[in-house]
Amino acid sequence: MEVNVTINGAARTAEVEARTLLVDFIRTNLSLTGTHIGCDTTSCGVCTVLLDGTPVKSCTMFAFQADGHEIQTVEGLKNGELHPIQAAFKEEHGLQCGFCTPGMMLVGKALLEENLNPTDDEVRWAISGNLCRCTGYMNIVKAIQTAGAELSAAESGATA
Amino acid sequence: MTTLQEPATSPEIGGIGHSVKRQEDDRFIQGGGTYVDDVVLPNMAHMAILASPFAHAEIKSIDTAAAAAVPGVIAVVTGELLAEHNLAWMPTLSGDTQAVLATDKVRFQGQEVAAVIAEDPYVARDAVLLIDVDYEPLAPITSPQQGLEPDAPIIRTDKEDQTDNVVYDWEAGDEAATDAAFAQAVNVVELETFYPRSHPAPLETCAVVADLNPITGKATIYLTSQAPHAHRTLFALVAGLPEQNIRIISPDIGGGFGNKVPIYPGYVVATAASLLLGRPVKWVQTRTENLLTTGFARDYHMKGALALDADGRITAMRAEILSDQGAFFADAQPSKFKAGLVHICTGSYDMGAAHVKARGVYTNKAPGGVAYRCSFRVTEASYLIERLADNAAHQIGMDPAAFRMLNFIKPEQFPYESATGFVYDSGDYHTALQKVLDEVDYENLRKEQEDARAEGRYLGIGIASFTEVVGAGPSRDYDIIGLKMFDSAELRIHPTGKAILKLGVKTQGQGHETTFAQIVAEELGIPSTDIAVQEGDTDNTPYGLGTYASRSTPVGGAATAIIARKLRDKARLIAAHLLEANPDDLEWEPGRFFVKGSPDQGSTIQEIAFAAYTNHPEGMEAGLEGVHYYDPPNMTFPFGSYLVVVEVDPETGTWKVDRMVALDDCGVRINPMIVEGQIHGGLTEGFAKSNMQWLTFDEDGNCIGSNFMDYLVPTAYETPKFELLETVTPSPHHPIGAKGVGESPTVGSPAAYVNAVIDALRPFGVTTLDMPILPDRVWAAVKAAD
Ligand code: FES
Ligand code: FES
Repeated sequence: MEVNVTINGAARTAEVEARTLLVDFIRTNLSLTGTHIGCDTTSCGVCTVLLDGTPVKSCTMFAFQADGHEIQTVEGLKNGELHPIQAAFKEEHGLQCGFCTPGMMLVGKALLEENLNPTDDEVRWAISGNLCRCTGYMNIVKAIQTAGAELSAAESGATA
Repeated sequence: MTTLQEPATSPEIGGIGHSVKRQEDDRFIQGGGTYVDDVVLPNMAHMAILASPFAHAEIKSIDTAAAAAVPGVIAVVTGELLAEHNLAWMPTLSGDTQAVLATDKVRFQGQEVAAVIAEDPYVARDAVLLIDVDYEPLAPITSPQQGLEPDAPIIRTDKEDQTDNVVYDWEAGDEAATDAAFAQAVNVVELETFYPRSHPAPLETCAVVADLNPITGKATIYLTSQAPHAHRTLFALVAGLPEQNIRIISPDIGGGFGNKVPIYPGYVVATAASLLLGRPVKWVQTRTENLLTTGFARDYHMKGALALDADGRITAMRAEILSDQGAFFADAQPSKFKAGLVHICTGSYDMGAAHVKARGVYTNKAPGGVAYRCSFRVTEASYLIERLADNAAHQIGMDPAAFRMLNFIKPEQFPYESATGFVYDSGDYHTALQKVLDEVDYENLRKEQEDARAEGRYLGIGIASFTEVVGAGPSRDYDIIGLKMFDSAELRIHPTGKAILKLGVKTQGQGHETTFAQIVAEELGIPSTDIAVQEGDTDNTPYGLGTYASRSTPVGGAATAIIARKLRDKARLIAAHLLEANPDDLEWEPGRFFVKGSPDQGSTIQEIAFAAYTNHPEGMEAGLEGVHYYDPPNMTFPFGSYLVVVEVDPETGTWKVDRMVALDDCGVRINPMIVEGQIHGGLTEGFAKSNMQWLTFDEDGNCIGSNFMDYLVPTAYETPKFELLETVTPSPHHPIGAKGVGESPTVGSPAAYVNAVIDALRPFGVTTLDMPILPDRVWAAVKAAD
């Protein structure tokens, strides 16, 4: 069947089987390999993408379920310059092997869209569907908060 | 000697001691990493593996016809087919053999039985389900104790001389001296504990893309490999391919933790399939396959005892170990040390005698044992002694911190020869623990604990003061299947003064692209951001044994410093030529030689590099490049003191960490930010093992924990916050004084968490608990002690 999506702002189409998972559609059919696969049980979150702005685990959806929707992956974060969440992950050493990082950044971005100033606990809760085996999470939490501060400074700069 | 660290270079140069932001991050934060599963080659086929549902069963027959008939299936591979090419069995990194695809019988649940190669990965998995295997189940052995019973079935019927299930018997230390000390002891402290099986579970599973070019014979193998050079050699030996035709490329790795050190059957099958089919074959493990079949850690049954004199001083230690190795002895192990480095179990304490006896046993469980942020069983050793130290203190009515202070090896005793034969390079254990005690205001904390108890709240304080042994290792003692454990660095400084550093080790998230560039920056004054670090491609890097057991900085880092120094020596001669001065009259400052007494008469390293290719002195070889193979004179011995405060609810059995204060002394810190990141990760793993993470089996040998629903790894929500402290006691024999850090927190912290929970429950009479400390275990222990 044909699946049409808008991914990172671009319209893309591919012919897939009905059973094709969204994550395979993104990685294989659309050749965007920044979205990863880490488990068989919807537990790890390395496959997280934003579907119409909401984080979803793309291993747990069929590609056709995304038909007509808007998807953002890690490849779409940079807009001329790095998104503040990307800059903050580097700045705060929020990644080591980098495998969980795309999912973590997208969940972080979605959280900041609702709340630019999340507490430690709020960030930890928001990312609790995403595993990281390297960092112990402390610097991921810090990175998301740093990005929030950056975004809110930019916002108040823009309104000032 | 404890020193404070001040960078010698400017932030622009970014040498040792600077928290330089990581070079590798730029690609990872943009989705530009290349992991094995991201490799796509033209005409690539996909492989899926059929796993055994039984832990122990004879294979009567395998019918592949239905699978082969599925449209899109290219081939079905069985052990029988591999046997025709002499590939049904392969050597392991511990000198044993392991089945690639089972021929005679299956020996653990999940074992590889057959494989399907198809045009599409979905089709490959469909077809695997259609392979019909007729099994005759055999009695499974699920523990080493069971494996040693007189009538236990023999698991390794494939090995002619194997008449029982014993893998090895190994010992270290002096038994007679230890017995004598125990005979004289005023107090003997005993502990029996089980360190459960755990799995590193890196988020990227193991994977391979094997590409054997049928025309050139060149085998390019993209592999999740922590040790690409050793793997190349093993591939040459297993597959009989000429080594110059094998190129292992280990691209970005999504976490390793020891899980990606062994060679796995899937790698060999994919390579064989590519050879037979003449096209690239990709295999990416599922999470279940990863948890069921690949290198686990621990599964160690330990009995330990300390002999104490009248003052509470430790005079001797005894340890007796039973190790569950699974069906094959397949972890990477220095060949001389069958039980790894578990004889580091005397830890941070000065004692006259010690004796360690270890026995490894085959069981019907997945093979492995040494993976997981650990320098070959140091984790188990450290856990045993630190649990014993706490028990000893309580048994003789001494405070656990005071007991440790009394028994620590003193700073002036270094280099210190331990009772089991290690020579500790340097340490200052008293200062480390004192700093931690001061940080938490220990005396007051004990008072708070008293007060809380009076209110019916159960706080516990746990300490662990570990000593690790890492950096394997000196070639006189350390080899893996005969390959000596040196490591290498090749440095090429280009005419414009930029450089490429090529290493035999392989990062999996540790940040080598940044830290190793910093070592060069320190030695040559070239900004670290002008240096590209390359690893993982065996065609383009010098030979080395890889990254595990915290050996990259101790061995590969030393090789890097030394080759940089050699090039600096050559640079001096070129500078003398440029400045028309005598080389001995030149002085070095970061990035520049200048004439003694006339600081403005000088040449920068960039000018020198340019001259090396455009204007080198007559009689000198052109260029500024070189390679160094470093054979360490000794191991390094990082140490630290951790203190955990927990609150336990004896009614529900749950516990939470109030504080985790961790002091690590890993010698000189190359990049403090990265070191702290490593420590955060390791402390989380220690917490995981003490709190929730274990791999269990039922009596039929079914693995309970073959997915992330059943095998619990901590999320951000459970993970405690950490407070880090440091001291810096450089390694005297390492060129830059560094010791390695990736594993210390995983090694040191589990005992601290466990000691804390037990400490909280001492009012109930609880004296021991095993990991993971699950609520039901706490609850049962409290009830039992009542
Ligand atoms: S791959 Fe693990 S949650 Fe999607
Ligand atoms: S950085 Fe490796 S899993 Fe998160």
